[in-house]
Amino acid sequence: MSEPITALRGAAFDGLARVEECPPQGMITLRGDLAARPFARAVGTAAGVKLPGPNEARVEIDAAGATGLCWMSPDELLLLCPHHEAAAMEADLSRALSGQHALVVNVSDARAMFRLSGRAARDVLAKLAPVDLAPSAFRPGMFRRTRLAQVAAAFWMEEDESFRILCFRSVAQYVFDLVKTAAHPASSVAFHAAPDRP
Amino acid sequence: MSARIATQGRLIDRSRPITFTFNGRRLHGLAGDTLASALLANDQVMLGRSYKFHRPRGLIASGPEEPNALVGLGEGPRFEPNQRATTTELFDGLVATSQNHWPSLDLDIGAVNAALARFFPAGFYYKTFMWPRDFWKKVYEPVIRRAAGLGAAPKEPDPDSYEHFHAFTDVLVIGGGVAGLQAAKVAAQAGAKVLLIEQSPHWGGRTPVDGGTVDGEPVETFVEKTVAELALMENVTLRTRCMGAGVYDHGYVLGYERLTDHAPLAGGPRHRLWRIRARRIVTATGAIERPLPFAGNDVPGVMLASAMRDYVVNWGVAPGQRVIVVTNNDDAYRTAITLKRAGLDVLRILDVRNAGGGALMEEAYALGIRIDCGRAIARVSGGKRVAKVAICAHEGEGGALEEVACDAVAMSGGWSPAVHLWSHCGGKLIWDETQAHFRPDTARPPTGADGEGFVIPAGAASGELSLDGVLSDADATGKYAAKAVGCKLKRTKVPTCAGPEEAPMRPVWLMPERARVALRNKAFLDYQNDVKVSDIQLAAREGYESVEHTKRYTTLGMATDQGKLSNINGLATLADALGSPVPEVGTTTFRPPWTPISMGAIAGEARGEIFQPLRRTPMHGWHEANGAHWEPVGQWRRPYAYPRPGESLHDAVMREVKNTRQSLGLLDASTLGKMIVKGPDAGRFLDMLYTNMMSSLKPGKCRYGLMCSENGFLIDDGVVARLDDETFLCHTTTGGAERIHAHMEEWLQCEWWDWQVHVANVTEQFAQIAVVGPKARALLEKLGGMDVSREALPFMEWRAGELADFPVRVFRISFSGELSYEIAVPASQGLALWELLMNEGAEFGIAPYGTEALHVMRAEKGFIMIGDETDGTVIPQDLGLGWAISKKKDDYLGKRAQQRPHMTDPNRWKLVGLETLDGSVLPDGAYAVAEGVNENGQRKVQGRVTSTYFSPTLGRGIAMGLVLHGPDRMGEVLEFPGTDGRSIKARIVSPVFYDKDGERQNV
Repeated sequence: MSEPITALRGAAFDGLARVEECPPQGMITLRGDLAARPFARAVGTAAGVKLPGPNEARVEIDAAGATGLCWMSPDELLLLCPHHEAAAMEADLSRALSGQHALVVNVSDARAMFRLSGRAARDVLAKLAPVDLAPSAFRPGMFRRTRLAQVAAAFWMEEDESFRILCFRSVAQYVFDLVKTAAHPASSVAFHAAPDRP
Repeated sequence: MSARIATQGRLIDRSRPITFTFNGRRLHGLAGDTLASALLANDQVMLGRSYKFHRPRGLIASGPEEPNALVGLGEGPRFEPNQRATTTELFDGLVATSQNHWPSLDLDIGAVNAALARFFPAGFYYKTFMWPRDFWKKVYEPVIRRAAGLGAAPKEPDPDSYEHFHAFTDVLVIGGGVAGLQAAKVAAQAGAKVLLIEQSPHWGGRTPVDGGTVDGEPVETFVEKTVAELALMENVTLRTRCMGAGVYDHGYVLGYERLTDHAPLAGGPRHRLWRIRARRIVTATGAIERPLPFAGNDVPGVMLASAMRDYVVNWGVAPGQRVIVVTNNDDAYRTAITLKRAGLDVLRILDVRNAGGGALMEEAYALGIRIDCGRAIARVSGGKRVAKVAICAHEGEGGALEEVACDAVAMSGGWSPAVHLWSHCGGKLIWDETQAHFRPDTARPPTGADGEGFVIPAGAASGELSLDGVLSDADATGKYAAKAVGCKLKRTKVPTCAGPEEAPMRPVWLMPERARVALRNKAFLDYQNDVKVSDIQLAAREGYESVEHTKRYTTLGMATDQGKLSNINGLATLADALGSPVPEVGTTTFRPPWTPISMGAIAGEARGEIFQPLRRTPMHGWHEANGAHWEPVGQWRRPYAYPRPGESLHDAVMREVKNTRQSLGLLDASTLGKMIVKGPDAGRFLDMLYTNMMSSLKPGKCRYGLMCSENGFLIDDGVVARLDDETFLCHTTTGGAERIHAHMEEWLQCEWWDWQVHVANVTEQFAQIAVVGPKARALLEKLGGMDVSREALPFMEWRAGELADFPVRVFRISFSGELSYEIAVPASQGLALWELLMNEGAEFGIAPYGTEALHVMRAEKGFIMIGDETDGTVIPQDLGLGWAISKKKDDYLGKRAQQRPHMTDPNRWKLVGLETLDGSVLPDGAYAVAEGVNENGQRKVQGRVTSTYFSPTLGRGIAMGLVLHGPDRMGEVLEFPGTDGRSIKARIVSPVFYDKDGERQNV
C-alpha cells in the first residue's frame, strides 16, 4: 500500500478560530443492537471505552489521533482508532460480532476530519450549524450529527473546548472554505464568547 | 423652510460634520443623523415622486413606516433601490438619488399622470386594458412593464459578504424601547436566557422624545440605567441595528442585523441573518401613528406629529418654521409644545374634538398656542411644499372658514400597535373601540408544540399607550415569559411612572367628516401606491366587500411599506363605505418580513466558491492538472474529456474512444454509488428492490440489476456484487447514491422494520478506477499481485487482493463493451494508484477518458443510461430489459404497477437504435413525426431521440430512441425535423451497434 493522504493534506487557517485538517483517522461504522449485551461487550472491548449514550462522544485524543466511540443513531456507532489499525480492527470486530446481526465497515477514507479551536470556535460553528452551542447546552463530550450550511456533518467537543468536525471526503474543500469564511477575522459575533479585548 | 436649529438634537454630534450627496448635490450633515434628518436640515423637503401620479412627496415619518422617502443608495455594484431615508444612518461619502421621476425630481414629465388622475380610478388596470384584446401583447404590456416597479435594480454583482448565525434563547425580546428593556430585565432577573434586539442604533424607542418620569427620574435616565444593568448580566445579549423580521412556527424568528450599512469601510459581513429559536418571544414593537385623511395630506411638509417632534428632539431639525398641528387625540399636543419650546411658530392646534384634550392641552394653552376645537383641515395647498391650509369645521363638508399660510403641518390620527410580528404566525387581533385600533388578543396567541402561546406582546405593541401602562404591561409580560420557560420569579418592584392625564381620542377616518368628492379625491390613504379615500369608496360601490379583495383591487397596502400607515385608515374607510363595523371588515394578512431584508442576508455565505458544495474525487486535482474539461454530475465535477493543446473537445472525445477501444483507457469511476447491504435478510431485501433475482447470486459474482419505484418506473441501475453469504455491495448511478441510500433506509425503517438488514453508504470510502481496453489485463499483470487472468477472474466476477501492494477489490464488469476491470482502492490511496497506472500503462498507450467517451462507448453497445433513456416515465419493459425482470419472484417494488393497463399498453414507445441515412448526428431530444396533426394543430409524433452521438468506431451518427412499436419496425425510416428547418432521416435498427455478441468484454 502507499502512504494514505487526506483530502486537503493538512490545510489550516487562522482567523476568529483556527481550523486545521487532521491527519488520516481510522473510522469504523458499526450498526447493531446497541442495547444487546454481547454487542456492547465486543464493541466496548475493542474500543476501550463504554458505549456512549445518545449524542455522546467517548473519545481520547493522543499523538496517533482519536480513539473511542461516538453515538451516531439509535443503531449506529462510529468507532475511532489509528488509521493504520482500521483494517485489522474491522476484521477483529467482524469476527467478534459474527453470529449477531451487526455491520462493521471501515469508512476511514470516506471522511475528512477537522479541528476547530480558539475562543470564538462556538460562534464560528454556530454560523453554519443549526445547533445550540451555548456552553450550557453543548459541553465537552457531546456529539451531534447535523449539517454545516449545505452538507451533512457531525462534530463533537473535546475537553479543551475545541471541536472535531467530520464531513464526507468529497466536500472537504467546501467545508474548509465554509469554516474559513465563518472565521473571517472581521466577522466576530461575540454571542457565545466575549470579543477579544486589545 | 426646514433647517437645523441651535438647540435639541440628542442623537447628533455637532462637532462631527459629515458630507454626502443627494442627486449629485453635496450636502452637509452631522454624525448621528439619519439621511432623512440630514436632508431635512438642508431644506430638502421634497424627496421623491409618487408611484402612480408622480406627485411630489416628502417625509411623513421618522422610522421604518416611512412610505415616501425611498431613495437609491450607493453607486455601481453597491447601488440599492428603495432604501428608506428614515432608517439610513448618515455616513461620510453617502450617495443618494431620488426615484420615479424623469428627467429630474423638480421637473418630471410623469407628473402629467396627476392631471389625468380622474382617469386612473381604482381597478384602472382591470378596466382599461381589457380591450381591444390584441392590444395587450403589443401595446399595453410593454408600456406597463416599463412603468412598473419602483427604483432600478443594480446591474453588477454585490461585492459585500453576508452570513447567517444560529442563536438559541429562552426569551427573545424584539424591540428595545422602554417596554422591551423592562420585559428583558425582569425575564433576565428571573434567570431566563434573554436576547434583546432593536432595529435602530438606539435604545429607548420613542419614549425619550415623548418624555415622562420613571420612579421619579426622567425616562432617559431609566433607559440608560436599564441598558447598563442588562449589559452586565451574563444571561443577556443585547443587539442594536438588529431587526425582528419574521416570526415562524416553533419559535423560529429571523433577525436582520445591519453590521456595516452605517460604516461601509468597517470590513466584515454587511448583514447577518439571525436564525433564532426562542422558547418565548416578546414583541415590544411599539405603535405606529396614523395619518389623517384630508385633502392634500401628501403635500411635502405634512408630517406625522410624532415624526415632527422626533426631528426636533433627536436631530435638532425643524421641519418648518410656521406649523399647524391637526389632531384627534392628546399626543399631538406634545409636538406643539416641543416645537413651541424650540422657538418655532405653532400657528394653530386644530383639534377635531369639540371639548379638546386634557392636561397637555392646558400646557399648550399656557404656552400661548392657539387651540381651535372642533376644527379640521379642509385642504392643504402648495405644490412641492406646504403653502397654506384651509381650515373648516370637522363636522361639515369642508367649507373653508379661514386660510392660514404656513410651511408645515403636523397630523395625528391616533396610534395603532405594531402587531405585525404578533400576527405573522397566527396571533389574532381584537378591535379596541376606545383607542380605535386593533391590538393583540392575548387570549388567542400563536401556539407552539406545547399548545401554549409562544408570542407575547408588551407595551404599546399590546395597545398600552401611556408610559405607566407600557411599563407595567412590559413588567408583567417579562415575568410571564420567564415563568413560561420554567424560571422562578423574584419579587421585583414595578416601576411607577408619571405622565399627563390624557382625554379620549375621537376616531377620524375622513376629514372633515362629510368631505366633498373633490376633497376625498385628494385625501391619500396609501402614499406609496397613491390610493385615496375615493378609491376605496368606489371599490365598495362596485361590490368589493372583503378587505383582501379590496386591497388587491385598489393596491392599498401593497407597496414596499406594506401599508404600515394606510391599512387601518383604509379598512376603516371600507367599513364606513359598507356600513359595517370595523372589526367585521377585519385586517389584511400580516406577512414577514416586517420591512424588506436584503437578498444577500438570505443567501448568507453561499456565494463564490461556496455557493454550492462541489464534490471532488481523490483524483480531482490530477484531472484538473491534466486539462480536464469538467461536466457537473449532481454536485460532483467529472472530467468530460481531456483535450490536449490545440485539440477540440469533440476531437478529444473521439481520440479517447478510439484509444480505449484499440489499446487502453482509464476512467475515474469513484463517483458511482456504493452501498453495503448486510444481514440475514439482505438477499430477500434486494430481491424486493431489484427487478431481477439477487438472492441467488453467489459470493464472488456480479449481476446487473434494475430498480423501480413503487409506480413501476425505472429509477436506478447498477452492478451488484455479493461479498459473502450475508453481504452485498450495490453499485448505483453517480446521481443516485444518496437517493437510493435513502430509498433503502425508508423501506427498511418504515415498511420492513422487522427484516434483519443493515445498510451503509461507502461511496466515498473507495476511489474506483476503470482500466478499460484490450491491453487492460496486460497492465494489471505488469503491476503484479493478484491473478487477473480470464480463468481466475472471469467476466462478471470480482476478487479481493493486492495489485502492486495496493489493497483492492477488482470487479470484472464493463460499461464499454471492452475488456474492463474496475478497481476499488481506499480513497486515501486512490491518487497514488491512478498515477501508478498512468505511468506503468504508458507502454500500452494508456490515456484517461472522460464521461463523454464513456457515453459514446455505452451507446455503441446499446447500454441504457438512467436520465437519458429514462425520465421518470419509462419502465424497464419499454427499454427491452425484460430479461432483467425475474418471472420467478412473487414480488418486487414496481411489479404490481407494471401490470396496470397503461403499463402493458402495446402502444408504449419502445427502445430502438437509430441510424441516420446520411451518417449525420440526430439532434438530442428530436421527435419522429407521424402523419397528420393533433387537436391542437400540432404535428403528430411517433418517437423521440434519447441518446445521440457520433461514433468514431463506426464512423457515423448513432442514436437510441423510444419509438411507437419500434422493435417491430426494424428497417423502417423515420423523419426527425430539426430546429434549423432541416429534417434528418434515420432507420430503425437494433440498439446494439457494436460487438453484438459481447466477445470483446469476455476475453
